[in-house]
Amino acid sequence: MLFDFIIKAILAAFFLGGVLNLAGLLTWVERKQSAVMQDRIGANRARIEFKSWFLAPINWVLAPLNALGLFHSLADAAKMFLKEDFMPKGADKFLHTAAPVISVVFALLAFSAIPFGNVLYLKNHAINLQIADINAGILFVFAMMSLGVYGVILAGFASNSNYAYLGGMRAASQMLSYEITMGISIMGIVLHYGTMNLQDIVRHQSTHWGFMVQPLAFLLFMTAALAETKRVPFDLPEGESEVIGYFVEYSGMKFGMFFLTDLVETVLVACLVTTFFFGGWQVPFLAPDGFHMPWGAFYLVPSKLIAVLGILSFMFKVAFFNWLFMAIRWTLPRFRYDQLMHLGWKILFPLSLLNTLITSIIVVLRK
Amino acid sequence: MATKLMKRQELSFWDRTYLPSIGLGLWITSRHFFYNLMIHALHTVGLFKHIRGSVTYQYPEEQRPLSKRLRSRHRLTKREDGAPRCVACMMCETVCPARCINIVAKENPDPNIEKMPASFDLDLGMCVFCGFCVEVCPEDAIRMDTHILDIAAYSREGMKLDMQKLLNPTTSPSDPNRN
Ligand code: SF4
Ligand code: SF4
Repeated sequence: MLFDFIIKAILAAFFLGGVLNLAGLLTWVERKQSAVMQDRIGANRARIEFKSWFLAPINWVLAPLNALGLFHSLADAAKMFLKEDFMPKGADKFLHTAAPVISVVFALLAFSAIPFGNVLYLKNHAINLQIADINAGILFVFAMMSLGVYGVILAGFASNSNYAYLGGMRAASQMLSYEITMGISIMGIVLHYGTMNLQDIVRHQSTHWGFMVQPLAFLLFMTAALAETKRVPFDLPEGESEVIGYFVEYSGMKFGMFFLTDLVETVLVACLVTTFFFGGWQVPFLAPDGFHMPWGAFYLVPSKLIAVLGILSFMFKVAFFNWLFMAIRWTLPRFRYDQLMHLGWKILFPLSLLNTLITSIIVVLRK
Repeated sequence: MATKLMKRQELSFWDRTYLPSIGLGLWITSRHFFYNLMIHALHTVGLFKHIRGSVTYQYPEEQRPLSKRLRSRHRLTKREDGAPRCVACMMCETVCPARCINIVAKENPDPNIEKMPASFDLDLGMCVFCGFCVEVCPEDAIRMDTHILDIAAYSREGMKLDMQKLLNPTTSPSDPNRN
């Protein structure tokens, strides 16, 4: 019992630590990727240097990191912590403080159902590389993502500001509309694989990844999930510089937590797309005993290495999708609000219903 | 007035799905991304230094090449003996739209020249850098070719230049082609 507990704690620390670090790194990626895309250099002025000569070797190690501007994430965090924590007059103190916490906690909780590797066999212990092996994992993930809406609504509601209130309402209606599409589009995958367990869904994708059997669902899910992260082109709830959003009355680290939530949700969406449509931890041609190449060759691979390869493959796919989402974010302009609702309710929603219908018919005919 | 009816362009089915345009946009941005990334990577190993991976000039360390005719901080030119060329004709003071030049004339010891400035004050805080003073000067005595751009001071007084400063322009430390 205690052993299992320790194992789960280690898994949680490993995965959530990875997610949080990736989210922190994404602030850097966002700056640098957009800069390189637009023929700029990007932020590179935050640097750590030691003056005394006996620390010179450390300086030598830090120099490339300085040149890449990696310490900007650190400088951001320091700035966030040192800023005044402002609370508007008449704001609900408890809810105002609780809102960012609710946002970030539920975004992080959703990760616990995502499998990041196959079963790892260590000295006759089978360790399932997943924090919580929930039977209806999909429902859990969607529940957590829906609860994240409360953070947004409460932030607008508790700020005692009409602008924040309107922003919160706008954000809530956007997230609710797109959540429906997201939920229904994923039904195609559930029907096709016949399970709601995320680990089982990944196991079923050993030969054909989800996007091959459900291309429409993939597009719908990705669009809806991007809208769920509230980033460009769906960033109406916050609208970085122009539109007044639900967190106008936040400053310091509370604002930082909303910002972190955005990035954590980006990672979450990348994880979900990987899990549902890109074979999770599956490596192409890798079966539980080794590589079966399509031209008939076979290479034996030890089982521990397979587990490690699986984790690496998952990380690579998540990193790729993060790159893609950043590229989308820096390519597309923002939707207008009526276009957003039009897209959500009149295009994506009927298409997802249609996809579910067609998938069910095919599944029934196959039986 | 005749009315011209503009026909609104019909969007095709694919236009309305947004997908081809999104793909095209992503293609353009990622092409820039990977090309620039490759150039940056090659720079770190010392190759292809002559191709720039970005259009950025890292300002204080690296300055943009300035055009020869760029209007920058003023200077007063000198004769061979070091005296100012200015003959205190007041043309520049008269033409200046910002009225930031203030000249006090005095008699020139040289009998061939009538006057010279006793003081020549120019307030850069008011100057609009129109260059009229340079164009109007009959003696080529005032020029704006120092290439000094980083003009800044902590007070309005600090922006005022007297004749001493105008005759001896201190070059900008960041200017690679100082004069
Ligand atoms: S540049 Fe124009 S504004 Fe400035 S001193 Fe000369 S005439 Fe006056
Ligand atoms: S126009 Fe030339 S010569 Fe006349 S006062 Fe001005 S600087 Fe001196």
